[in-house]
Amino acid sequence: MKQQQQLHRFEIRFSGLGGQGIITLGRVMGQGLALGHGYNVTQTQSYGPEARGGSSRCDLVISSEPISYPKAESLDLLVALSQEACNAYYPYLKPGGALVLESDLVKQPPTNRFLGLPFTSLARDKVGVAQAMNTVVLGALSHLLPFISQSVMRKSLESSLPAKIRAVNVKAFNLGHRLAKKEWGDDAGEVWRVEDSERD
Amino acid sequence: MNEITGNEIIHQYLRHNKKFPHVLCAGCGHGIVLGTLIRAIHTLAIPKDDVVIVAGIGCSGRLAVYVDFNTVHTTHGRALTFATGIKMANPKLNVICIMGDGDALSIGGNHLIHAARRNIGVTALILNNNIYGMTGGQSSPATPEGSTTMTNPYGQLDASFDTVALARGAGANYVARGTVFHVKRLEKIMVEAISRPGFSVVEAITPCHTQYGRKNRYKTPVDMYKWLKKAAVPIDRYEEMTEEQRTDRLPIGVFVAEDRSGFEERYLSLQAQMRAKGGK
Amino acid sequence: MARPRKRKEIFALGNEAVVEGALLAGCSFYGGYPITPSSEIMEIMAARLPLTEDGVFIQLEDEIASMGAIIGASLAGRKVLTATSGPGFSLMQENLGYAIMAETPMVLVNVMRGGPSTGLPTSPAQGDVQQARWGTHGDHPIIVLSASNVQECLDMTITAFNMAEKYRTPVILLLDEVTAHTREKIEIPNPGEFEVFSRTVPSMPPEWYKPYEETVRGVPPMPPLGSGYRFHVTGLVHDRNGFPTQRPEEIVELLERLHRKIDQFFYDIQLVDTIETADADVVVIAYGSVARSAELAVRQARENGVRAGLLKLKTLFPYPRRQTEKVLAHARTLVVPEMNMGQMSREVKRVNMGRASVRTINRIDGQIVTPSEILKVIMQG
Repeated sequence: MKQQQQLHRFEIRFSGLGGQGIITLGRVMGQGLALGHGYNVTQTQSYGPEARGGSSRCDLVISSEPISYPKAESLDLLVALSQEACNAYYPYLKPGGALVLESDLVKQPPTNRFLGLPFTSLARDKVGVAQAMNTVVLGALSHLLPFISQSVMRKSLESSLPAKIRAVNVKAFNLGHRLAKKEWGDDAGEVWRVEDSERD
Repeated sequence: MNEITGNEIIHQYLRHNKKFPHVLCAGCGHGIVLGTLIRAIHTLAIPKDDVVIVAGIGCSGRLAVYVDFNTVHTTHGRALTFATGIKMANPKLNVICIMGDGDALSIGGNHLIHAARRNIGVTALILNNNIYGMTGGQSSPATPEGSTTMTNPYGQLDASFDTVALARGAGANYVARGTVFHVKRLEKIMVEAISRPGFSVVEAITPCHTQYGRKNRYKTPVDMYKWLKKAAVPIDRYEEMTEEQRTDRLPIGVFVAEDRSGFEERYLSLQAQMRAKGGK
Repeated sequence: MARPRKRKEIFALGNEAVVEGALLAGCSFYGGYPITPSSEIMEIMAARLPLTEDGVFIQLEDEIASMGAIIGASLAGRKVLTATSGPGFSLMQENLGYAIMAETPMVLVNVMRGGPSTGLPTSPAQGDVQQARWGTHGDHPIIVLSASNVQECLDMTITAFNMAEKYRTPVILLLDEVTAHTREKIEIPNPGEFEVFSRTVPSMPPEWYKPYEETVRGVPPMPPLGSGYRFHVTGLVHDRNGFPTQRPEEIVELLERLHRKIDQFFYDIQLVDTIETADADVVVIAYGSVARSAELAVRQARENGVRAGLLKLKTLFPYPRRQTEKVLAHARTLVVPEMNMGQMSREVKRVNMGRASVRTINRIDGQIVTPSEILKVIMQG
């Protein structure tokens, strides 16, 4: 296994609406980072009583050292899949942190510095299954975050899905990865890349 | 040791190291029910070690302590929940619940209907004396409308439960009613109830003169047994009676007798099935 | 030398880790009623237990019945578990007292959510701490454990089963919604790498057996129902034979033994973790998910030159008095952050007896106490 990039409390928040698969997204990504990449990861969530349509939020803290406080306090990356979520959590983004959003659902971004893709329509039109939206996001983030290995994350995704929906999700994952590379550029996540010489 | 000796069958089943006398009043029918139960178990030749008596709280709850089986005296109304756990943990055991009317129908009413719905392989013996006896004569859900009790000094307003209809409606596999005046019949019912699969409900009408009878026009305990003799009518005769003739009469006998397998049996077969499939 | 076997790693919820721990400890019976935020424990048990050789899963009609069923199953020889949350925990208090009185081993997991009443079903709290200690009526001993991360959920569940079996008592494992619903990587220990304790059963012939006789540990042996030792189990105060009694000397004998069998083994039961407490001027005393916030705050305080430490309570009751005395030898200030109005700080103050200044941090808004809130109080000294 490639030596992992040192991370000290890298905090991600996924936010949006109940039913968008936000907690699943966090779980799959967390599992890939914890078991596949060997990081310490905590995944926490906050949700309302609604199974569909309410607000939903899922936090990941990723670190090379053991993690004490499990929740995200100061975000390195905010993924907002609804306007309401974007408004609510943008203030928690740390200076220099990145905002990824669903460009069809977040019509009014709070800043010009954001990375957007129409994840829902991509999933619906290019994959054929709107529910695979969260996997498109996962693919895109696997490109954006320099400490994620695309192949390790894809393998982790496959292992956590039942056979019936595996193929469609791999398709969604690859689509997200490809489009992020194309739309956001190769260097989108450069800010987080740590050169070997800088590593502890 | 103060060994209990005697020719009666019950003497083989009473606990010789338990201090007697018992807590029951003169004229109480509970001892008759216990004797009947012992003779039924004896008839079925079930080893003492395989019998678990689970009792609730109240006069009936105290019966468990006198008999030489595995005995569990539980909390008020909850006997059936303990019995369910015991039966599921070890389906080989013969689990018999002894409850009173307040125990089974009031505080434990929810457990009764769910034990019936689940059809757990337990025999529920409900000793109905129409009153809360041990606590001093307050109304129970089986207190007849119009009766006088400590909590209804001006007369019971609400209707009483029909245990048989309740158990049948909730899905019990075997439902019967007997009285302590018709002892042989009650014994036969108990033998059948214990040997059936699934959930069996036996309602035994057993008079309480101390707390109910003497406040409701029964001068002596004997009057209450006379009432039982007169009021109880075998189910087939009861069905032939007119509505008018049925007034103040109580049908006794077997109301439901099916052979549906108990919850524990269904669980075990599901478990075997799932394990054979390797859990997929 | 044999190479240590690699442990299986999983990315699991606190609630899932409870199930793993219970199965490793030998739990073969689950009875319960669903309630947020504990339901995953029940759901996973429903999927897992029927696939084991003799595992029994049963959904009951309510939490009262859940307790009755697991106590019955425990009497029949099983290691048993139920899990619930606030409102269900209230309903369980009745039969919890029975389990204490009838000395029935069982483990009860309560995932604390906001209260009182239906409260905040999906938000964390630590409002059931004193209820866990005193919720059932009458003077009684109880063991209450807690866990602050997912690995501890597994480890402390095993510990809970071991204590329940060793001391013939119900053990309550108090989690909060944060711990129960956090996913982390945990290691599943291999068989042989952890202790599994099962209740002692009588070895004498049945006619010699006295079910509630005094023993060296104060814990009488316990045969399963149906094994030839026919005896009487009751929630009434009982004599050594298990028969109800009202004799003052027999009442005292039973109730004193029930307390003594727990109290005298404080060194085995009262578990804590310490971080940087050896020289600490300011000691944070915390438990559950808040202990994680406290750990970060303590580390940050050290970076800022304050000698801070953390006493993490893994056993809440009987309260770890001796461990608290140790930090009181040098601490000027104790900080007790909790997601309640100050339930554990009562215990801390009771032991402190005015020696150090006790600062409480209390949140009741369905949010975890954050590291920065704790740090602020530590820095005030």
